[in-house]
Amino acid sequence: MKALLAALAKIITGASARWLGCAPDTRQRVYFANHASNLDALVIWSALPPPVRALTRPVAARDYWTKGRVRPYLANHIFNALLIERKKPSVSDNPLKDMLTALDDRHSLIIFPEGGRQTGGEMAPFKSGLYHLAKHRPDVEFIPVLIENLNRILPKGEFLLVPVLGGVNFGAPVKLEPGEAKDAFLQRTQVAIKEMIRP
Amino acid sequence: MILKLDQQTIYLVGGVLALLVISSLIGWVLAKRVTGGNGKATIDNLNARIRAWWMMVAVFGLAMATGGIGSIVLFALTSFFALREFITLTPTRAGDHRALFLAFFLILPLQYYLIAIKWYGLFTIMIPVYAFLFLPIRSAIAGDCANFLERTAKIQWGLMICIYCVSHVPALLTLNLPGYAGQNGKLMFYFVLVAQISDVLQYVWGKALGRHKIAPNVSPNKTWEGFVGGVASATLIGAALWWATPFTPLQSAGMSLVITLMGFFGGLVMSAIKRDRGVKDYGNMIQGHGGVLDRIDSLCFAAPVFFHFTRYFFS
Repeated sequence: MKALLAALAKIITGASARWLGCAPDTRQRVYFANHASNLDALVIWSALPPPVRALTRPVAARDYWTKGRVRPYLANHIFNALLIERKKPSVSDNPLKDMLTALDDRHSLIIFPEGGRQTGGEMAPFKSGLYHLAKHRPDVEFIPVLIENLNRILPKGEFLLVPVLGGVNFGAPVKLEPGEAKDAFLQRTQVAIKEMIRP
Repeated sequence: MILKLDQQTIYLVGGVLALLVISSLIGWVLAKRVTGGNGKATIDNLNARIRAWWMMVAVFGLAMATGGIGSIVLFALTSFFALREFITLTPTRAGDHRALFLAFFLILPLQYYLIAIKWYGLFTIMIPVYAFLFLPIRSAIAGDCANFLERTAKIQWGLMICIYCVSHVPALLTLNLPGYAGQNGKLMFYFVLVAQISDVLQYVWGKALGRHKIAPNVSPNKTWEGFVGGVASATLIGAALWWATPFTPLQSAGMSLVITLMGFFGGLVMSAIKRDRGVKDYGNMIQGHGGVLDRIDSLCFAAPVFFHFTRYFFS
């Protein structure tokens, strides 16, 4: 079922994976990507080789993925998604804590630091969670991922697919420098994604 | 539209298979001889191309063997993949989403359906008239005016090249040619063979003798030597295949000349678009060749002209 869905995602989006700055690897990683389409997590997930995919959990909004019947099934049984509270985080229900726990379980994560899908074509400033993750887990590799054209295949608010060709690009790992400020790191990580945009 | 497997078809298919076997042997020998440097990359690419040719010939042969419907489905799929590559390279906006959806899933199937039911009148005007008017309406309703004319023009261009022009290949099966009834499959085979062999021969002549660039800004690989050698030799091959067509040898030479010239200019125009968009290939679906659109650019330009010449003079 998982393999089938991954194959289907590749056919529909035509998404070719390009490993520009790193090679596929089972070591622990946080993939952070731009976010414009509901298909984003799916295409990154299917671009990963199956052994890597098995270790990797997409981080997703609990308010969205617990609605209805299909979404929770996909989130729990297919993607093994890590559902986080994005509206009202509290001390006991804290996205950062959940992500750190998942990393401690030897999982890799897929996150979208913009916090939601963007419609304007420009990336929104990153939320600070990425910085806190990097600060707490300095040994984990942070891989920038540029997703191309998925917003044209399925833009926010649309349900009809237009079959243009998508692309998933994996960049070189970004490390938090000693003493690097939060804003500087968040900016640098976003630039790491933007650098992969083809003219 | 059932295609008969007559003596001539067997000759055509046999000839193509013989060509493939010979090319594969040459590629194999070259790969043994050349083991380093720039030459190796060229030979590797050559062999990738030859392998892809086997695949393409197999698919085309299978489509023809299943009769007219198989050919229509094959070219509909070709249009789909070509349009996909074209639209991917074309900057459109969210406001075009529904118009693009309709292009892929309404206009494309409809155009090929019109061939299947042989409705010639609507087949020739559906995209240039109805799609031309209807798709901008859909985009305008979406309410986004930024670069509107540019977006609309590019989508229409994609439809014309990838759907309209390509659909004229299987449309050859619908022509009523006196004294040639039930043999149109051979005409389609002839057309595709001449158009593609012209591409191959231009490549071969260019690699062997190419010195003088013909359009360095648009397509650095095209040379006068490749152009003249390719067009002349493909025209000769086309003339020599007259027995499979409704043409006399001289007419067949003329038709082949038209196909090869239009094919050359098709390649030139489609290259200009690629240069403008800053890419080398439209895609990577066909090993060694690039995308589907890279393989069929010459076919796109030659098909409507060949179709109408044949229809006007011979039906």
